[in-house]
Amino acid sequence: MTRADPLLSVQGVAKYYGARIGCADVSFDLYPGEVMGIVGESGSGKSTLLNCLAGHLAPDRGQVLFDTRAEGLRDTVTMSEPERRMLGRTDWAYVHQHARDGLRMNVSAGGNVGERLMAVGARHYGEIRDSAEDWLGRVEIDTTRIDDRPTAFSGGMQQRLQIARNLVTGPRLVFMDEPTGGLDVSVQARLLDLLRGLVREMGLSAIIVTHDLAVVRLLADRLMVMKDGHVVEAGLTDQVLDDPQHAYTQLLVSSVLHV
Amino acid sequence: MKQTADPMPEKGRDLNDYNFAYLDEQTKRMIRRAILKGLAIPGYQVPFASREMPMPYGWGTGGVQVSAATLTPEDTFKVIDQGADDTTNAVSIRKFFERTAGVATTEETARASVIQTRHRIPEQPLTEDQILVYQVPIPEPLRFLEPSEIETRKMHALEEYGLMHVKLYEDIARHGQIATAYAYPVKVEGRYVMDPSPIPKFDNPKMSGNAAIQLFGAGREQRIYALPPYTQVVSLDFQDYPFEASKADASCDLCGADSSYLDEVIMDDAGGRMFVCSDTDYCRARRDAGQSGSTATRENGS
Repeated sequence: MTRADPLLSVQGVAKYYGARIGCADVSFDLYPGEVMGIVGESGSGKSTLLNCLAGHLAPDRGQVLFDTRAEGLRDTVTMSEPERRMLGRTDWAYVHQHARDGLRMNVSAGGNVGERLMAVGARHYGEIRDSAEDWLGRVEIDTTRIDDRPTAFSGGMQQRLQIARNLVTGPRLVFMDEPTGGLDVSVQARLLDLLRGLVREMGLSAIIVTHDLAVVRLLADRLMVMKDGHVVEAGLTDQVLDDPQHAYTQLLVSSVLHV
Repeated sequence: MKQTADPMPEKGRDLNDYNFAYLDEQTKRMIRRAILKGLAIPGYQVPFASREMPMPYGWGTGGVQVSAATLTPEDTFKVIDQGADDTTNAVSIRKFFERTAGVATTEETARASVIQTRHRIPEQPLTEDQILVYQVPIPEPLRFLEPSEIETRKMHALEEYGLMHVKLYEDIARHGQIATAYAYPVKVEGRYVMDPSPIPKFDNPKMSGNAAIQLFGAGREQRIYALPPYTQVVSLDFQDYPFEASKADASCDLCGADSSYLDEVIMDDAGGRMFVCSDTDYCRARRDAGQSGSTATRENGS
Protein backbone atom coordinates (compact mmCIF):
# COMPACT_ATOMS: atom_id res chain seq x y z
CA MET A 1 0.00 0.00 0.00
CA THR A 2 1.38 3.37 -0.99
CA ARG A 3 1.25 5.97 1.70
CA ALA A 4 -0.50 9.17 0.59
CA ASP A 5 0.65 12.64 1.57
CA PRO A 6 -0.59 13.82 4.95
CA LEU A 7 -3.76 15.91 5.02
CA LEU A 8 -2.53 17.87 7.99
CA SER A 9 1.04 18.17 9.14
CA VAL A 10 1.68 19.81 12.49
CA GLN A 11 5.23 20.83 13.26
CA GLY A 12 6.47 22.16 16.57
CA VAL A 13 3.31 24.05 17.47
CA ALA A 14 3.51 26.01 20.72
CA LYS A 15 1.17 28.48 22.38
CA TYR A 16 2.00 30.42 25.52
CA TYR A 17 -0.29 32.39 27.76
CA GLY A 18 2.30 34.84 29.06
CA ALA A 19 4.84 32.72 30.90
CA ARG A 20 2.43 29.83 31.21
CA ILE A 21 2.52 27.05 28.65
CA GLY A 22 -0.70 26.38 26.71
CA CYS A 23 0.85 23.65 24.63
CA ALA A 24 4.41 23.14 23.42
CA ASP A 25 6.39 21.11 20.88
CA VAL A 26 3.43 19.33 19.35
CA SER A 27 4.16 17.60 16.06
CA PHE A 28 2.19 14.99 14.19
CA ASP A 29 0.88 14.05 10.75
CA LEU A 30 -2.73 13.22 10.02
CA TYR A 31 -3.47 11.19 6.90
CA PRO A 32 -6.68 11.23 4.85
CA GLY A 33 -9.40 9.11 6.42
CA GLU A 34 -7.61 8.93 9.75
CA VAL A 35 -9.13 9.84 13.11
CA MET A 36 -6.80 11.18 15.77
CA GLY A 37 -7.80 11.34 19.41
CA ILE A 38 -6.27 13.76 21.89
CA VAL A 39 -6.83 12.88 25.54
CA GLY A 40 -5.64 14.41 28.76
CA GLU A 41 -6.96 15.94 31.95
CA SER A 42 -8.48 19.39 32.24
CA GLY A 43 -5.87 22.08 31.66
CA SER A 44 -3.51 19.80 29.77
CA GLY A 45 -3.65 21.99 26.66
CA LYS A 46 -5.94 19.84 24.49
CA SER A 47 -8.38 22.60 23.64
CA THR A 48 -5.59 25.16 23.16
CA LEU A 49 -3.97 22.81 20.69
CA LEU A 50 -7.24 22.20 18.85
CA ASN A 51 -7.93 25.92 18.60
CA CYS A 52 -4.44 26.51 17.23
CA LEU A 53 -4.97 23.84 14.60
CA ALA A 54 -8.42 25.11 13.63
CA GLY A 55 -7.18 28.68 13.25
CA HIS A 56 -9.14 30.11 16.19
CA LEU A 57 -5.90 30.90 18.05
CA ALA A 58 -2.62 31.97 16.52
CA PRO A 59 0.17 29.69 17.76
CA ASP A 60 3.36 31.42 18.95
CA ARG A 61 5.60 28.94 17.19
CA GLY A 62 5.38 26.13 14.67
CA GLN A 63 3.59 25.34 11.46
CA VAL A 64 0.19 23.86 10.69
CA LEU A 65 0.38 22.61 7.11
CA PHE A 66 -2.91 21.69 5.45
CA ASP A 67 -3.24 19.98 2.09
CA THR A 68 -5.41 22.54 0.27
CA ARG A 69 -7.31 21.47 -2.82
CA ALA A 70 -5.79 24.13 -5.04
CA GLU A 71 -2.21 24.54 -3.91
CA GLY A 72 -1.22 21.48 -1.89
CA LEU A 73 0.40 21.88 1.53
CA ARG A 74 0.00 25.44 2.87
CA ASP A 75 0.82 26.82 6.30
CA THR A 76 -2.53 27.90 7.74
CA VAL A 77 -0.83 30.00 10.41
CA THR A 78 0.72 32.39 7.90
CA MET A 79 -1.98 32.31 5.23
CA SER A 80 -4.23 35.35 4.98
CA GLU A 81 -7.30 35.59 7.14
CA PRO A 82 -9.81 35.42 4.24
CA GLU A 83 -8.19 32.20 3.04
CA ARG A 84 -8.24 30.73 6.53
CA ARG A 85 -11.87 31.65 7.05
CA MET A 86 -12.69 30.21 3.65
CA LEU A 87 -11.12 26.92 4.74
CA GLY A 88 -13.13 27.19 7.95
CA ARG A 89 -16.40 27.04 6.04
CA THR A 90 -15.44 24.63 3.26
CA ASP A 91 -12.79 22.03 3.96
CA TRP A 92 -12.85 22.30 7.74
CA ALA A 93 -15.58 21.74 10.24
CA TYR A 94 -15.58 22.50 13.95
CA VAL A 95 -17.92 20.75 16.35
CA HIS A 96 -18.15 22.58 19.64
CA GLN A 97 -18.63 20.90 22.99
CA HIS A 98 -21.72 22.98 23.65
CA ALA A 99 -24.05 22.88 20.67
CA ARG A 100 -25.18 26.40 21.57
CA ASP A 101 -21.74 27.73 20.63
CA GLY A 102 -21.91 26.15 17.21
CA LEU A 103 -25.55 26.78 16.31
CA ARG A 104 -27.58 29.89 15.67
CA MET A 105 -30.25 29.43 18.27
CA ASN A 106 -32.69 31.92 16.73
CA VAL A 107 -32.56 30.36 13.27
CA SER A 108 -34.52 27.26 12.27
CA ALA A 109 -32.82 23.86 11.94
CA GLY A 110 -33.01 24.11 8.16
CA GLY A 111 -31.44 27.56 8.19
CA ASN A 112 -28.68 26.30 10.45
CA VAL A 113 -27.82 23.48 8.08
CA GLY A 114 -28.18 25.73 5.04
CA GLU A 115 -25.96 28.51 6.34
CA ARG A 116 -22.70 26.97 5.18
CA LEU A 117 -24.20 26.25 1.76
CA MET A 118 -25.30 29.86 1.44
CA ALA A 119 -21.89 31.00 2.68
CA VAL A 120 -20.24 29.26 -0.26
CA GLY A 121 -22.71 30.70 -2.75
CA ALA A 122 -25.84 28.51 -2.88
CA ARG A 123 -28.70 30.75 -4.00
CA HIS A 124 -31.47 28.29 -4.80
CA TYR A 125 -33.96 27.91 -1.95
CA GLY A 126 -35.35 24.57 -3.10
CA GLU A 127 -31.93 22.95 -3.39
CA ILE A 128 -30.76 24.33 -0.05
CA ARG A 129 -33.87 22.97 1.59
CA ASP A 130 -33.47 19.57 -0.06
CA SER A 131 -29.94 19.15 1.22
CA ALA A 132 -30.98 20.39 4.68
CA GLU A 133 -33.70 17.71 4.75
CA ASP A 134 -31.27 15.10 3.52
CA TRP A 135 -28.80 15.96 6.27
CA LEU A 136 -31.38 16.06 9.02
CA GLY A 137 -32.32 12.54 7.95
CA ARG A 138 -28.72 11.42 8.03
CA VAL A 139 -28.26 12.61 11.61
CA GLU A 140 -31.57 11.01 12.60
CA ILE A 141 -33.57 14.16 13.17
CA ASP A 142 -37.21 13.95 12.05
CA THR A 143 -37.44 16.05 8.87
CA THR A 144 -40.80 17.47 9.98
CA ARG A 145 -38.80 19.48 12.52
CA ILE A 146 -36.87 21.33 9.82
CA ASP A 147 -38.56 24.64 10.65
CA ASP A 148 -38.20 24.34 14.42
CA ARG A 149 -35.56 26.32 16.20
CA PRO A 150 -32.76 24.52 18.04
CA THR A 151 -34.12 25.89 21.32
CA ALA A 152 -36.97 23.40 20.90
CA PHE A 153 -34.49 20.50 20.54
CA SER A 154 -33.04 18.23 23.22
CA GLY A 155 -29.31 18.37 23.96
CA GLY A 156 -28.59 15.27 21.88
CA MET A 157 -30.59 16.59 18.95
CA GLN A 158 -28.80 19.93 19.14
CA GLN A 159 -25.48 18.15 19.01
CA ARG A 160 -26.57 16.09 15.99
CA LEU A 161 -27.86 19.24 14.32
CA GLN A 162 -24.50 20.87 14.88
CA ILE A 163 -22.83 17.91 13.20
CA ALA A 164 -25.20 18.08 10.22
CA ARG A 165 -24.57 21.81 9.90
CA ASN A 166 -20.83 21.20 9.82
CA LEU A 167 -20.78 18.27 7.43
CA VAL A 168 -23.19 19.65 4.82
CA THR A 169 -20.45 21.19 2.68
CA GLY A 170 -18.48 17.93 2.62
CA PRO A 171 -15.44 18.99 4.65
CA ARG A 172 -12.29 16.89 4.63
CA LEU A 173 -11.16 17.60 8.18
CA VAL A 174 -13.36 17.82 11.25
CA PHE A 175 -12.24 19.25 14.58
CA MET A 176 -14.29 18.04 17.52
CA ASP A 177 -14.02 19.44 21.01
CA GLU A 178 -15.60 16.98 23.46
CA PRO A 179 -18.48 16.16 21.10
CA THR A 180 -20.19 13.93 23.67
CA GLY A 181 -19.65 16.14 26.71
CA GLY A 182 -22.75 16.87 28.73
CA LEU A 183 -24.87 14.15 27.14
CA ASP A 184 -26.21 11.17 29.03
CA VAL A 185 -24.69 7.78 28.24
CA SER A 186 -27.39 6.36 25.99
CA VAL A 187 -27.47 9.54 23.93
CA GLN A 188 -23.67 9.47 23.88
CA ALA A 189 -23.73 5.95 22.52
CA ARG A 190 -26.09 6.89 19.68
CA LEU A 191 -24.04 9.95 18.84
CA LEU A 192 -20.82 7.95 18.75
CA ASP A 193 -22.47 5.37 16.55
CA LEU A 194 -23.62 8.11 14.20
CA LEU A 195 -20.22 9.81 14.15
CA ARG A 196 -18.45 6.53 13.46
CA GLY A 197 -20.81 5.83 10.57
CA LEU A 198 -20.37 9.30 9.05
CA VAL A 199 -16.60 9.28 9.42
CA ARG A 200 -16.30 5.92 7.71
CA GLU A 201 -18.89 6.65 5.03
CA MET A 202 -17.52 10.07 4.05
CA GLY A 203 -13.88 9.13 4.52
CA LEU A 204 -13.44 12.06 6.88
CA SER A 205 -10.32 12.85 8.76
CA ALA A 206 -10.96 14.03 12.26
CA ILE A 207 -9.22 15.31 15.35
CA ILE A 208 -11.20 14.59 18.48
CA VAL A 209 -10.35 16.18 21.79
CA THR A 210 -11.89 14.45 24.76
CA HIS A 211 -11.23 13.28 28.29
CA ASP A 212 -13.44 10.26 27.73
CA LEU A 213 -11.32 7.22 26.88
CA ALA A 214 -14.35 5.29 25.66
CA VAL A 215 -14.89 7.87 22.93
CA VAL A 216 -11.38 7.52 21.55
CA ARG A 217 -11.50 3.73 21.88
CA LEU A 218 -14.53 3.72 19.58
CA LEU A 219 -13.62 6.46 17.12
CA ALA A 220 -9.90 7.10 17.01
CA ASP A 221 -7.28 5.23 15.00
CA ARG A 222 -4.44 6.95 16.76
CA LEU A 223 -4.11 8.60 20.12
CA MET A 224 -2.08 11.38 21.68
CA VAL A 225 -1.92 11.78 25.44
CA MET A 226 -1.25 15.29 26.73
CA LYS A 227 -0.16 16.50 30.13
CA ASP A 228 0.87 20.02 31.15
CA GLY A 229 0.94 21.18 27.56
CA HIS A 230 3.21 18.41 26.29
CA VAL A 231 2.50 15.21 24.42
CA VAL A 232 3.64 12.44 26.74
CA GLU A 233 2.63 9.46 24.67
CA ALA A 234 1.35 8.77 21.17
CA GLY A 235 0.54 5.69 19.16
CA LEU A 236 -2.22 3.42 17.91
CA THR A 237 -5.27 3.74 20.13
CA ASP A 238 -5.50 0.11 21.21
CA GLN A 239 -1.78 -0.05 21.80
CA VAL A 240 -1.74 3.02 24.02
CA LEU A 241 -4.82 2.06 25.98
CA ASP A 242 -3.94 -1.61 26.42
CA ASP A 243 -0.25 -1.16 27.10
CA PRO A 244 0.33 2.35 28.44
CA GLN A 245 4.00 3.22 28.87
CA HIS A 246 4.04 6.64 30.46
CA ALA A 247 3.14 6.91 34.12
CA TYR A 248 0.45 9.47 33.45
CA THR A 249 -1.17 7.32 30.77
CA GLN A 250 -1.17 4.39 33.15
CA LEU A 251 -2.89 6.55 35.74
CA LEU A 252 -5.42 7.74 33.17
CA VAL A 253 -6.27 4.25 31.97
CA SER A 254 -6.54 2.86 35.48
CA SER A 255 -8.80 5.74 36.54
CA VAL A 256 -11.63 4.59 34.27
CA LEU A 257 -14.45 2.99 36.20
CA HIS A 258 -15.57 -0.40 35.03
CA VAL A 259 -19.20 -1.12 35.68
CA MET B 1 -31.35 97.22 33.71
CA LYS B 2 -31.08 94.00 31.79
CA GLN B 3 -32.02 90.77 33.40
CA THR B 4 -29.40 88.05 33.26
CA ALA B 5 -31.87 85.21 33.07
CA ASP B 6 -34.02 85.66 30.01
CA PRO B 7 -36.39 82.69 29.65
CA MET B 8 -38.20 84.18 26.66
CA PRO B 9 -35.60 85.71 24.34
CA GLU B 10 -36.78 88.24 21.80
CA LYS B 11 -37.83 86.75 18.54
CA GLY B 12 -34.89 86.52 16.18
CA ARG B 13 -32.17 86.96 18.73
CA ASP B 14 -31.84 83.28 19.54
CA LEU B 15 -31.48 82.48 15.85
CA ASN B 16 -28.43 84.68 15.48
CA ASP B 17 -26.75 82.80 18.30
CA TYR B 18 -26.62 79.67 16.19
CA ASN B 19 -24.14 78.88 13.48
CA PHE B 20 -25.67 78.33 10.04
CA ALA B 21 -27.64 75.06 10.12
CA TYR B 22 -27.10 74.59 13.87
CA LEU B 23 -23.85 72.58 13.78
CA ASP B 24 -20.46 74.28 14.23
CA GLU B 25 -18.11 74.35 11.25
CA GLN B 26 -15.68 71.78 12.68
CA THR B 27 -18.46 69.28 13.11
CA LYS B 28 -19.76 69.90 9.61
CA ARG B 29 -16.26 69.43 8.27
CA MET B 30 -15.97 66.11 10.09
CA ILE B 31 -19.34 64.98 8.73
CA ARG B 32 -18.47 66.09 5.19
CA ARG B 33 -15.30 64.04 5.35
CA ALA B 34 -17.37 61.02 6.36
CA ILE B 35 -19.81 61.71 3.51
CA LEU B 36 -16.99 61.98 0.96
CA LYS B 37 -15.49 58.74 2.19
CA GLY B 38 -18.90 57.11 1.98
CA LEU B 39 -19.32 58.33 -1.60
CA ALA B 40 -15.88 56.99 -2.48
CA ILE B 41 -16.77 53.52 -1.15
CA PRO B 42 -20.47 53.07 -1.99
CA GLY B 43 -22.34 51.12 0.67
CA TYR B 44 -19.51 51.15 3.23
CA GLN B 45 -20.52 52.34 6.69
CA VAL B 46 -18.24 55.19 7.73
CA PRO B 47 -18.07 55.84 11.49
CA PHE B 48 -18.46 59.48 12.51
CA ALA B 49 -18.60 61.39 15.79
CA SER B 50 -22.35 61.88 15.96
CA ARG B 51 -23.40 64.91 18.01
CA GLU B 52 -26.22 65.35 20.47
CA MET B 53 -29.02 67.01 18.57
CA PRO B 54 -31.96 68.88 20.10
CA MET B 55 -34.28 65.97 19.38
CA PRO B 56 -34.43 62.39 20.61
CA TYR B 57 -32.68 59.47 18.93
CA GLY B 58 -35.05 57.81 16.51
CA TRP B 59 -36.34 61.17 15.29
CA GLY B 60 -33.76 61.51 12.57
CA THR B 61 -30.68 62.80 14.36
CA GLY B 62 -28.42 61.12 11.78
CA GLY B 63 -30.33 62.53 8.83
CA VAL B 64 -30.43 65.98 10.41
CA GLN B 65 -26.67 66.03 10.88
CA VAL B 66 -26.08 64.95 7.28
CA SER B 67 -28.55 67.59 6.05
CA ALA B 68 -26.90 70.25 8.21
CA ALA B 69 -23.50 69.44 6.74
CA THR B 70 -24.92 69.39 3.21
CA LEU B 71 -27.13 72.49 3.18
CA THR B 72 -25.95 75.80 1.73
CA PRO B 73 -27.88 79.09 2.11
CA GLU B 74 -29.04 78.81 -1.53
CA ASP B 75 -30.61 75.38 -1.07
CA THR B 76 -34.30 74.58 -1.06
CA PHE B 77 -35.13 72.00 1.56
CA LYS B 78 -37.90 69.41 1.68
CA VAL B 79 -38.62 66.90 4.44
CA ILE B 80 -40.85 63.86 4.16
CA ASP B 81 -41.85 61.35 6.79
CA GLN B 82 -43.29 58.11 5.34
CA GLY B 83 -43.83 60.08 2.13
CA ALA B 84 -45.83 62.86 3.80
CA ASP B 85 -44.77 66.49 4.18
CA ASP B 86 -47.23 67.25 6.94
CA THR B 87 -46.51 64.68 9.67
CA THR B 88 -44.89 65.54 12.99
CA ASN B 89 -41.38 64.41 12.16
CA ALA B 90 -41.34 66.18 8.81
CA VAL B 91 -42.83 69.40 10.16
CA SER B 92 -40.48 69.62 13.12
CA ILE B 93 -37.31 68.98 11.09
CA ARG B 94 -38.42 71.42 8.37
CA LYS B 95 -39.05 74.08 11.03
CA PHE B 96 -35.72 73.29 12.66
CA PHE B 97 -33.84 74.18 9.48
CA GLU B 98 -36.10 77.11 8.68
CA ARG B 99 -35.06 78.59 12.03
CA THR B 100 -31.41 77.54 12.24
CA ALA B 101 -30.41 77.80 8.57
CA GLY B 102 -33.03 80.14 7.18
CA VAL B 103 -33.13 78.13 3.95
CA ALA B 104 -36.12 78.12 1.66
CA THR B 105 -38.38 75.11 2.12
CA THR B 106 -40.83 73.48 -0.21
CA GLU B 107 -43.19 70.55 -0.42
CA GLU B 108 -42.64 70.10 -4.14
CA THR B 109 -40.17 67.35 -4.91
CA ALA B 110 -39.03 68.94 -8.17
CA ARG B 111 -38.18 72.28 -6.54
CA ALA B 112 -36.14 70.85 -3.65
CA SER B 113 -32.36 70.59 -3.88
CA VAL B 114 -31.96 68.68 -0.60
CA ILE B 115 -34.64 66.22 0.51
CA GLN B 116 -34.47 64.59 3.91
CA THR B 117 -36.60 61.48 4.07
CA ARG B 118 -37.80 59.04 6.64
CA HIS B 119 -38.65 55.67 5.08
CA ARG B 120 -39.64 56.65 1.54
CA ILE B 121 -38.20 57.68 -1.81
CA PRO B 122 -40.34 60.28 -3.63
CA GLU B 123 -42.40 58.93 -6.54
CA GLN B 124 -41.16 61.62 -8.91
CA PRO B 125 -37.77 60.67 -10.36
CA LEU B 126 -34.92 62.68 -8.85
CA THR B 127 -32.35 64.64 -10.87
CA GLU B 128 -28.62 65.19 -10.77
CA ASP B 129 -29.17 68.49 -8.95
CA GLN B 130 -30.74 66.82 -5.94
CA ILE B 131 -29.50 65.15 -2.77
CA LEU B 132 -31.63 62.63 -0.92
CA VAL B 133 -30.82 62.23 2.80
CA TYR B 134 -32.15 59.12 4.56
CA GLN B 135 -32.74 58.73 8.29
CA VAL B 136 -31.40 55.36 9.37
CA PRO B 137 -32.21 53.64 12.65
CA ILE B 138 -29.95 50.57 12.35
CA PRO B 139 -27.32 50.77 9.60
CA GLU B 140 -25.99 47.23 9.99
CA PRO B 141 -27.96 44.77 7.82
CA LEU B 142 -26.34 41.78 9.56
CA ARG B 143 -27.13 43.00 13.06
CA PHE B 144 -30.12 40.82 13.90
CA LEU B 145 -28.23 37.64 13.05
CA GLU B 146 -24.77 38.61 14.29
CA PRO B 147 -24.72 40.76 17.42
CA SER B 148 -20.95 41.33 17.46
CA GLU B 149 -19.81 44.52 15.73
CA ILE B 150 -16.25 43.16 15.40
CA GLU B 151 -17.60 40.12 13.60
CA THR B 152 -19.94 42.06 11.27
CA ARG B 153 -17.14 44.44 10.28
CA LYS B 154 -14.98 41.45 9.47
CA MET B 155 -17.79 39.93 7.44
CA HIS B 156 -18.12 43.14 5.42
CA ALA B 157 -14.38 43.34 4.93
CA LEU B 158 -14.15 39.75 3.71
CA GLU B 159 -17.45 39.82 1.77
CA GLU B 160 -18.89 36.97 3.83
CA TYR B 161 -22.54 37.61 3.18
CA GLY B 162 -24.01 34.10 3.40
CA LEU B 163 -25.73 35.09 6.61
CA MET B 164 -27.90 37.64 4.82
CA HIS B 165 -29.44 34.83 2.82
CA VAL B 166 -30.07 32.86 6.00
CA LYS B 167 -32.46 35.67 6.98
CA LEU B 168 -34.27 35.40 3.65
CA TYR B 169 -34.28 31.59 3.95
CA GLU B 170 -35.98 31.91 7.34
CA ASP B 171 -38.61 34.18 5.79
CA ILE B 172 -39.50 31.64 3.11
CA ALA B 173 -39.41 28.72 5.56
CA ARG B 174 -41.80 30.50 7.89
CA HIS B 175 -44.06 32.46 5.55
CA GLY B 176 -43.76 30.71 2.19
CA GLN B 177 -42.28 33.84 0.62
CA ILE B 178 -39.76 36.53 1.39
CA ALA B 179 -41.85 38.40 3.93
CA THR B 180 -39.34 41.18 4.55
CA ALA B 181 -41.31 44.16 3.30
CA TYR B 182 -39.09 47.02 4.39
CA ALA B 183 -35.36 47.51 5.10
CA TYR B 184 -34.85 44.88 2.43
CA PRO B 185 -31.09 44.19 2.11
CA VAL B 186 -29.31 45.24 -1.08
CA LYS B 187 -25.89 44.71 -2.59
CA VAL B 188 -24.12 47.83 -3.88
CA GLU B 189 -22.01 47.56 -7.05
CA GLY B 190 -21.47 43.87 -6.36
CA ARG B 191 -19.55 44.58 -3.18
CA TYR B 192 -21.11 45.85 0.07
CA VAL B 193 -24.38 44.58 1.44
CA MET B 194 -26.31 47.58 2.71
CA ASP B 195 -29.41 48.30 4.75
CA PRO B 196 -31.44 50.77 2.66
CA SER B 197 -33.09 52.10 5.89
CA PRO B 198 -36.70 51.07 6.48
CA ILE B 199 -38.01 52.09 3.06
CA PRO B 200 -40.63 49.71 1.63
CA LYS B 201 -39.07 47.20 -0.74
CA PHE B 202 -41.26 48.83 -3.40
CA ASP B 203 -38.70 51.66 -3.37
CA ASN B 204 -35.62 49.44 -3.66
CA PRO B 205 -35.45 49.52 -7.48
CA LYS B 206 -35.53 53.33 -7.38
CA MET B 207 -32.20 53.38 -5.56
CA SER B 208 -30.41 51.70 -8.43
CA GLY B 209 -29.08 54.01 -11.12
CA ASN B 210 -30.62 57.03 -9.41
CA ALA B 211 -29.37 60.39 -10.73
CA ALA B 212 -29.38 62.01 -7.28
CA ILE B 213 -26.77 61.61 -4.56
CA GLN B 214 -28.16 59.41 -1.79
CA LEU B 215 -26.79 59.88 1.72
CA PHE B 216 -27.65 57.78 4.77
CA GLY B 217 -27.19 59.02 8.33
CA ALA B 218 -27.57 56.98 11.52
CA GLY B 219 -27.17 59.26 14.54
CA ARG B 220 -27.39 56.85 17.44
CA GLU B 221 -25.26 54.20 15.70
CA GLN B 222 -22.83 56.88 14.45
CA ARG B 223 -22.58 55.70 10.87
CA ILE B 224 -22.82 57.45 7.50
CA TYR B 225 -22.99 55.68 4.17
CA ALA B 226 -23.74 56.84 0.66
CA LEU B 227 -24.64 56.00 -2.91
CA PRO B 228 -23.13 58.22 -5.61
CA PRO B 229 -25.34 58.95 -8.66
CA TYR B 230 -26.01 56.05 -11.03
CA THR B 231 -24.85 53.36 -8.61
CA GLN B 232 -25.97 49.81 -9.22
CA VAL B 233 -28.07 48.53 -6.30
CA VAL B 234 -29.38 44.97 -6.39
CA SER B 235 -31.90 43.51 -3.93
CA LEU B 236 -30.82 40.10 -2.60
CA ASP B 237 -32.97 37.09 -3.44
CA PHE B 238 -33.02 33.40 -4.29
CA GLN B 239 -33.06 32.03 -7.83
CA ASP B 240 -36.40 30.34 -7.21
CA TYR B 241 -37.79 33.19 -5.07
CA PRO B 242 -36.86 36.34 -7.02
CA PHE B 243 -37.16 39.82 -5.54
CA GLU B 244 -40.50 41.50 -6.06
CA ALA B 245 -41.25 45.19 -5.45
CA SER B 246 -44.63 44.80 -3.84
CA LYS B 247 -47.38 47.30 -3.01
CA ALA B 248 -51.03 47.19 -2.03
CA ASP B 249 -53.08 45.82 -4.91
CA ALA B 250 -55.25 48.91 -5.37
CA SER B 251 -55.14 52.44 -6.70
CA CYS B 252 -55.18 55.73 -4.82
CA ASP B 253 -58.70 56.72 -3.78
CA LEU B 254 -57.81 60.39 -4.02
CA CYS B 255 -55.85 60.70 -7.26
CA GLY B 256 -56.38 57.35 -8.93
CA ALA B 257 -52.67 56.54 -9.25
CA ASP B 258 -52.14 52.80 -9.63
CA SER B 259 -48.35 52.72 -9.70
CA SER B 260 -47.49 54.67 -6.54
CA TYR B 261 -46.91 53.25 -3.09
CA LEU B 262 -50.14 53.30 -1.08
CA ASP B 263 -51.03 53.75 2.59
CA GLU B 264 -54.08 51.96 3.90
CA VAL B 265 -56.28 54.25 6.01
CA ILE B 266 -58.89 52.75 8.31
CA MET B 267 -62.04 54.87 8.05
CA ASP B 268 -64.35 53.43 10.72
CA ASP B 269 -64.72 50.38 12.93
CA ALA B 270 -66.93 48.57 10.42
CA GLY B 271 -64.16 47.57 8.01
CA GLY B 272 -64.24 50.75 5.99
CA ARG B 273 -60.89 51.68 4.51
CA MET B 274 -59.28 53.63 1.74
CA PHE B 275 -55.94 53.62 -0.01
CA VAL B 276 -54.06 56.85 -0.56
CA CYS B 277 -50.66 57.68 -2.02
CA SER B 278 -48.06 57.72 0.71
CA ASP B 279 -46.26 60.48 -1.25
CA THR B 280 -48.54 63.45 -0.45
CA ASP B 281 -46.82 65.83 -2.88
CA TYR B 282 -47.19 63.36 -5.76
CA CYS B 283 -50.86 62.84 -4.93
CA ARG B 284 -51.58 66.58 -4.66
CA ALA B 285 -49.83 67.30 -7.97
CA ARG B 286 -51.92 64.65 -9.71
CA ARG B 287 -55.16 66.02 -8.26
CA ASP B 288 -54.17 69.57 -9.25
CA ALA B 289 -53.71 68.25 -12.77
CA GLY B 290 -57.28 66.99 -12.74
CA GLN B 291 -56.79 63.30 -11.91
CA SER B 292 -59.16 61.74 -9.40
CA GLY B 293 -59.78 58.45 -7.68
CA SER B 294 -62.83 56.55 -6.54
CA THR B 295 -63.58 58.81 -3.54
CA ALA B 296 -63.84 61.88 -5.72
CA THR B 297 -66.05 60.06 -8.20
CA ARG B 298 -68.34 58.87 -5.42
CA GLU B 299 -68.64 62.36 -3.99
CA ASN B 300 -69.34 63.87 -7.40
CA GLY B 301 -71.87 61.19 -8.22
CA SER B 302 -73.93 61.50 -5.03
